Amino acid sequence: MKRFIGFIKKEFFHILRDRRSLFILFGMPIVQIMLFGFAITNEINNVDIAVLDHSKDDVTKEIIDKIAASKYFSIKAFIDNETAIEKVFEKGQIKAVLNFEPDFSRKLIAENGATVQILTDATDPNTANTISNYTGAILQKYQQELNQNVAISYQIVPQTRMVYNPELKSVFMFVPGVMTIILMLVSAMMTSISITREKELGTMEILLVSPLKPAQVIIGKVVPYVFLSVINAVIIIILSIFVFKMPVEGSLFLLGAESILFIINALSLGILISTISSTQQTAMMVSLMGLMLPVILLSGFIFPISSMPLPLQIISNAIPAKWFIIILKGIMLKGVGLAYLWKESLILVGMTLFFMAMSVKKYKIRLE
Amino acid sequence: MTNENAITVKNLTKTFGDFTAVDAISFEVGKGEVFGFLGANGAGKTTAMKMLIGISKPTKGEANVAGFDVRTQAEDIKKSIGYMSQRFSLYNDLTIKENIVFFGGIYGLKKSVIKAKSKNLIDELGLHDEADKLVGSLPLGWKQKVSFSVALLHDPKIIFLDEPTGGVDPITRRQFWEMIYREANNGKTIFVTTHYMDEAEYCDRVSIMVAGKIEALDTPKNLKEKYKVDSMNKVFLKLARNIE
Repeated sequence: MKRFIGFIKKEFFHILRDRRSLFILFGMPIVQIMLFGFAITNEINNVDIAVLDHSKDDVTKEIIDKIAASKYFSIKAFIDNETAIEKVFEKGQIKAVLNFEPDFSRKLIAENGATVQILTDATDPNTANTISNYTGAILQKYQQELNQNVAISYQIVPQTRMVYNPELKSVFMFVPGVMTIILMLVSAMMTSISITREKELGTMEILLVSPLKPAQVIIGKVVPYVFLSVINAVIIIILSIFVFKMPVEGSLFLLGAESILFIINALSLGILISTISSTQQTAMMVSLMGLMLPVILLSGFIFPISSMPLPLQIISNAIPAKWFIIILKGIMLKGVGLAYLWKESLILVGMTLFFMAMSVKKYKIRLE
Repeated sequence: MTNENAITVKNLTKTFGDFTAVDAISFEVGKGEVFGFLGANGAGKTTAMKMLIGISKPTKGEANVAGFDVRTQAEDIKKSIGYMSQRFSLYNDLTIKENIVFFGGIYGLKKSVIKAKSKNLIDELGLHDEADKLVGSLPLGWKQKVSFSVALLHDPKIIFLDEPTGGVDPITRRQFWEMIYREANNGKTIFVTTHYMDEAEYCDRVSIMVAGKIEALDTPKNLKEKYKVDSMNKVFLKLARNIE
């Protein structure tokens, strides 16, 4: 045991004396969570739009006022003919144009319907989509107000309620994802690099010739990273609660336990990577390409798994991050407990055991 | 197995698939002997050595190191040998003192023992001013000397040195060999591989490995007489050339 403590102490010296790894360990998580939390968002705010009003009557004026009053849009220009539409789009600042047909209010009342065209700049399809949804919603709301006193016999009024994230904050989606990425990256990449570094420098040989058992060497290298990753997880959770007002509906204890499970999973993956790569560079490339991309693309973090083609959906099951994100969202947003998450947790445990068994096997082959 | 020998090897063989890296070598190394283990690159030296230090299992044959069987008692062997590799074996981002504490620690030495030994070591090498500096900032020759001393920390019976003087200047090499002799006089057995033929002259006996087999094994003097040349360099060239 005393040998072991000495070993861990040495490992901390390595980490604390290498500024680069220190930055990756603690700088990156904070930078990433801030970036994802503040900069990347699919909500829209104060989008610049232009209005082409052919009728200029009370109704169009009222609609324009409502749109201008919403915090989503700010009306930057009034234009008076169709050719000007293309010009404002070409300038790039205006993201949408509302085009009211002539005689708008008369048609609305007399002909039971008037048309407003919503043109959006779809060079950025996500924003364009959101803009058209938001304007559509404002128009619909206005129409409902108009019809309040009119009895229409058959009408379906959809009442939508966004449960678990009523304000549709995108940060609620990013925090679990970013936490997953960071824990995966720090745990898997840093351990695989630190083990291959010993191989590369030749000190691994010295350690294997010493009375330390190979398993002790590996565990000794991993324990400091468990510790650091837990600190990271705590930092991320604190940031998300206090800076982004992310709720933790479920038990904090379960959240911690599941995080540790995922950290151990990522660490065992890191060990596996280190058994198949002989240089630090390979280990880093394998970790980045083999872990980062699937975690970002296939875990359901950004792109919903249910809308992926079937083969990718099947592959996504093999990615530990997918299950951890489900667990995180379950605990933080839905407030569910182990009764609902036992399946995902069990999958993570199974994967961890599998990675460990594979590493032991590979390690033995190398030793021969 | 007799107690006279530090190392006894019989028909030790290691194959990787179809390739035989070490082909049924046999030799003995006496206690307190400085044994030179020579061979060109790829001759199988490192593979043979790895079997002797217990990190590679022999395919066939037997070997006994410090009274233990390499097949079944590798863990006991590890406790009674010191090892220094051709590649640098200290941590560059630790200070000399921290390296000593670490390596002493993994060999299970007591704190008080480590303290006394590290003081001794630093005194002997005259490294008072450098003891708290990172090893990475030391010149290579010094690193190798510290590395050798660290391999001796746990008082091993046999010391394996894998090309210990690679890339070191002649003066430091000379000093390094003085350290080796001192340990041999203290009764330690030295098993050393090297590329420098002048170093081979310093050994009590040398073996020369060619293509997995030991082609010659004797004192440098006898080898020179046998092959009728005046230096170990020529002995080595003659052997390597004859095979090709």
